[in-house]
Amino acid sequence: MTPDALTLDNIRKTFSSGGRVVHALSGVSLSVGKGETLGVIGESGSGKSTLGRIAVGLEVQSSGKLFIDGERVDDMSAVMRRRRLRQCQMIFQDPYSSLNPRLTVGHQIGEGLYAAGVSDWREIRSTVADLLERVGLPRDFADRYPHEFSGGQRQRIAIARALAPGPEIVVADEPVSALDVSIQAQILDLLAEIRRENRLSYLFISHDMAVVARLCDRVAVMHRGRVVESGPIAAVIENPQHPYTRNLLDAVPRFGRRRTGRKPVPVDLPLHGDGDRFVSVGEGHTVLQASEDAAAG
Amino acid sequence: MTDTSAPLASRRRLPVSILIGTGLAVVIVAAAVLAPSLIPFDPMRMAAGPRLAAPSFDHLFGTDEFGRDLFSRVLTGGRLSLGIGLTAVVSGLAIGGLIGLVAAFAGRLVEATLLRIIDVLYSFPDTLIALALVAFLGPGIENATLAIAISLVPFYARVTYGLAAAERAKPYVEAAKLAGIHTGRLVRVHVMPNIGQSLVVMGTLGFSSAILSAAGLSFLGLGVQPPSPEWGAILASGRNYINKAPWILIFPGVAICLTVLSFNLIGDSLRDLVDPRRKDRS
Repeated sequence: MTPDALTLDNIRKTFSSGGRVVHALSGVSLSVGKGETLGVIGESGSGKSTLGRIAVGLEVQSSGKLFIDGERVDDMSAVMRRRRLRQCQMIFQDPYSSLNPRLTVGHQIGEGLYAAGVSDWREIRSTVADLLERVGLPRDFADRYPHEFSGGQRQRIAIARALAPGPEIVVADEPVSALDVSIQAQILDLLAEIRRENRLSYLFISHDMAVVARLCDRVAVMHRGRVVESGPIAAVIENPQHPYTRNLLDAVPRFGRRRTGRKPVPVDLPLHGDGDRFVSVGEGHTVLQASEDAAAG
Repeated sequence: MTDTSAPLASRRRLPVSILIGTGLAVVIVAAAVLAPSLIPFDPMRMAAGPRLAAPSFDHLFGTDEFGRDLFSRVLTGGRLSLGIGLTAVVSGLAIGGLIGLVAAFAGRLVEATLLRIIDVLYSFPDTLIALALVAFLGPGIENATLAIAISLVPFYARVTYGLAAAERAKPYVEAAKLAGIHTGRLVRVHVMPNIGQSLVVMGTLGFSSAILSAAGLSFLGLGVQPPSPEWGAILASGRNYINKAPWILIFPGVAICLTVLSFNLIGDSLRDLVDPRRKDRS
């Protein structure tokens, strides 16, 4: 069996701000198979962005293990870890602040190649042009500056930049939520196409179930720093088990029952503790069971 | 559509203050640079005219107690004052900027340590630091310049750190890190172009304060030594004749004021222009 592209094992992350300790992640375990797209969905503050940042090495977990291609990276030396983590690239939410306003887009994309050891800028230029073409932009856009582009074009540039170091894993942190709805579909299609061609694995972070449903194979629902439900996308949408997942689905007009005119009943969301276990409810579909339920059942 | 740096001038009308400031600065700098060919007398030559003569057609700014021509001395003094100011600002900005960048990018421990030191130094007025340093190093033009440069370091370190720390948190810097670009290149290629503009503005503002410090030190006899015609030094020597020959104080005093005013005007309006809060994002 080939190892998963990315595995997060019991990741915890706490931040302390002004003496208060905030638990951003309380023991999250996930894995993304080769060529697979795992959606991570949850409300803001659920810890999903922190999770993505840990996966690419922008944050370091307080405890837990991180594996890339089955190889543990969190106990590597800083130099080795950085080299290994180059396989993990990120696409950011805001296509404005994620591009350097003072560098031509070609230069920004090329920096990733330069850092990977290509020192001939003519070679870099031609690779950059290929990458631009790959993301659906004209080759000669390389000499332009970010302010000349629209949000959707910028996000294409950001995708080209993420592809430059030749990653195997791409973490996309809400890559379309800042874009117009009509552009969102184009960018999602582009991401799907690129994944097929380059056999990439995606960790796709979003708060939008419709977007996740369009692109992802599996989905993990996060709430308050924990994964509360995960499984194949179809199973989770058709047969949501956790109350929070149902809430999320109710919030999407396309999937919810709001069209019937019935108001969603407010439910008490269970507060999970570290002792809670996952219960399997179907093929690869698990849900976190609050411990008092477990005791009652 | 290859207009890449459209940001400042083209879109907005330039404020009046920057025009006045630049106009003044051009005149002052030109006068200082061209002084050798503009001045009618050797600024050091005694008895170029009568002693303590009032401004006249022969001596535009009058003469001092040794009969030296004040017009020649003030113009030549401008070379010294501007030179000291420029040297001090450039070196202060270079050293302070480097410290600020190191604080922002060399890890938490270095950051915390450097910031505490900068905070302590920054809490002293820079003239006081310059004064203490000259007292320690001894008077003279080189020592005064060095002292002023060092006195500017905490300010520039603080400002550079602030700008760099703000950039550091932006996704484009994080993306560059993910691509595996090492810190030196990250700062040089990615961060510096984004904060350079603001640093130049800060340099302009620091320039007027450096000129003021230089004049102050010379006035106290700690900077440029007589008979060299630095503005502060001329003021100091004219102090005794304030009733009989006020022009000895008026002309260098006005020169200092106009110089400080012009660079403050430029600096303030530039700061408003490059203020990120006023920058539109398109």
